[in-house]
This record gives sequence, structure tokens and C-alpha cells, in this order.
Amino acid sequence: MAVTLRESVQLVSDPRNLDASVEEVFQMMLGVGCERNAGPVLHEDESVTAVVGFGGLLSGACVFRSGSSTAIKIAALMTGMEFDEVDDTVKDAIGEIGNMLAGAWKGKVPNLSANCGLSVPAVITGRDYNLHVQAPEFQLHHAYKFDESSFDVTIVCDGLQ
Amino acid sequence: MSEIRTLIVDDSSVMRKIVERALRQAGLELMVVHEAGSGTEGLDLLRAKQVDLILSDINMPSMDGLEFLRQLRAQNLAPGVPVVMITTESSEEHVKQAILAGAQGYIRKPFTAEQVKERVLPLLSAA
Repeated sequence: MAVTLRESVQLVSDPRNLDASVEEVFQMMLGVGCERNAGPVLHEDESVTAVVGFGGLLSGACVFRSGSSTAIKIAALMTGMEFDEVDDTVKDAIGEIGNMLAGAWKGKVPNLSANCGLSVPAVITGRDYNLHVQAPEFQLHHAYKFDESSFDVTIVCDGLQ
Repeated sequence: MSEIRTLIVDDSSVMRKIVERALRQAGLELMVVHEAGSGTEGLDLLRAKQVDLILSDINMPSMDGLEFLRQLRAQNLAPGVPVVMITTESSEEHVKQAILAGAQGYIRKPFTAEQVKERVLPLLSAA
């Protein structure tokens, strides 16, 4: 029988999976606790976004987005190095955060883990841009905070088999 | 543990540094750490250098980690050297593919230094 995720859409879109994935990645790779942020993400002039695509039984993307100062702080925690600006190493670090979040999230559902591939991360920096997906199957958009820093993570699913 | 020569294959330079740091935290005395940004670079490096341990990502552009592993075995490069895959892909199917391609160990990202120690040290002791 063909594997399908249609019947387990509630499990796939369970918001707790995203929270658990974010906590796991930040605790294990940065050594910091991370929690849902009820307030809005602090807006900075420049933001850094990592996009990792999903393909297979589920198509869509995992999108990590933060301001540049949070991105620099995350890269510093990951590498033990200091950064003055969003350079290639910071972009690389944020891409890896996106990659691990996407992998951890899909790993929460066995059928999804086995039947959904990940793209290599794409990192976008700039100002005043928005993510827009026409009529997604479902979308999770959560804001988080650690220390005094905040970021958000979006899981957008535009196709589910 | 005697000093070891390591190859870390990952398209992310940040992850290569994190893996190196985790190996040091695991108590390994790393004499030389070679880095490669793709499977192709890793194979080129192994034609010129000898190593005692290989750690490789799977999801990489140009040549992914599984193809790197298959080519490594097909070309008989680094015979007997343990290979550990470090990757976000964690399903049983992915682990099975890696083992079939010749990997001796598998570590899922995100990981802790303790997990790296648990997976890597027994392989070096057995080698």
C-alpha cells in the first residue's frame, strides 16, 4: 500500500512538534534554552532568513527568520567566535540552524522523516521582505525567544500526498 | 588514545568547526584535521592524505555524502578507516542506506559532544 500523509495531517501539523524541534536544536547546538514568545519579534533594519525546502510526500519549506543582531548572537554561540556583521560564516550558521530545524521537525513524524527530503539551505539577507505562499495546506508560524533575543520559525506546507 | 588524523566532509564550514570541537570535547587528540566542502573534495583529499577517521554530512551539493561513501569504497580509498555520517536525515531508511554504502556509524544533527564520543570512540578502539 502506498504511504500517505493525508490521514496523519493533524500529527504532521501538530504545533508542539515545532516547539520541541526548536528547543532541541537550540539546547543541543547553542546550549541555551528557548521558549515561545508571546510578543512580536523585535524588528531590526536588516533580517537574516534561512529557507530549507521539503520535497516528497510533503512539499513546502521551513523558514527561520531573525534580525541581524540575533543572527550574529546565534553564530557566536554556535562557533565560539565573535562577529561584527552578518558575514559568510554567520549566514552559514543560520543556514545550518534552518537545516537542523527542518530535519528535527520532519523527524517527529516517522512517515514524514522517511519520505520527505530536504534541500540545501538558502540564506537571504535584506530589508522589508515577506514570505507569501498561495493557499498553503497548512502553515505554522511561531515566535521564540532566548536571552533577550527573538526570532520566528515558519513551516509552510503547500502540498501533501 | 593516540593522536589521530581526521577528515570532516561538510558543505558548511561552521558545521565542520562544530564537529571538530565536539571531537576534541570527546577527548580525542586530533593531530591533523582535514576539511572538505563536498564529497568530491573529500575524495581528492584522500588520494593525497592518510586519515584514521572520516566524518561526513549526507545532504551536500555536487556530491552528497552517500555517493562520497560509495566512491570511497569503489576506489578503495582509506581502506579500514571508519566512516561516521553526521546528518539531519534520521529515518531508518537513511541509516540503512548509509550502512549499506559502508558507514560504520551515524550521528543525527543536532548532536551533543557526548553523543559524538559514544559513537566515535568505540570505532577508533576497534580499528
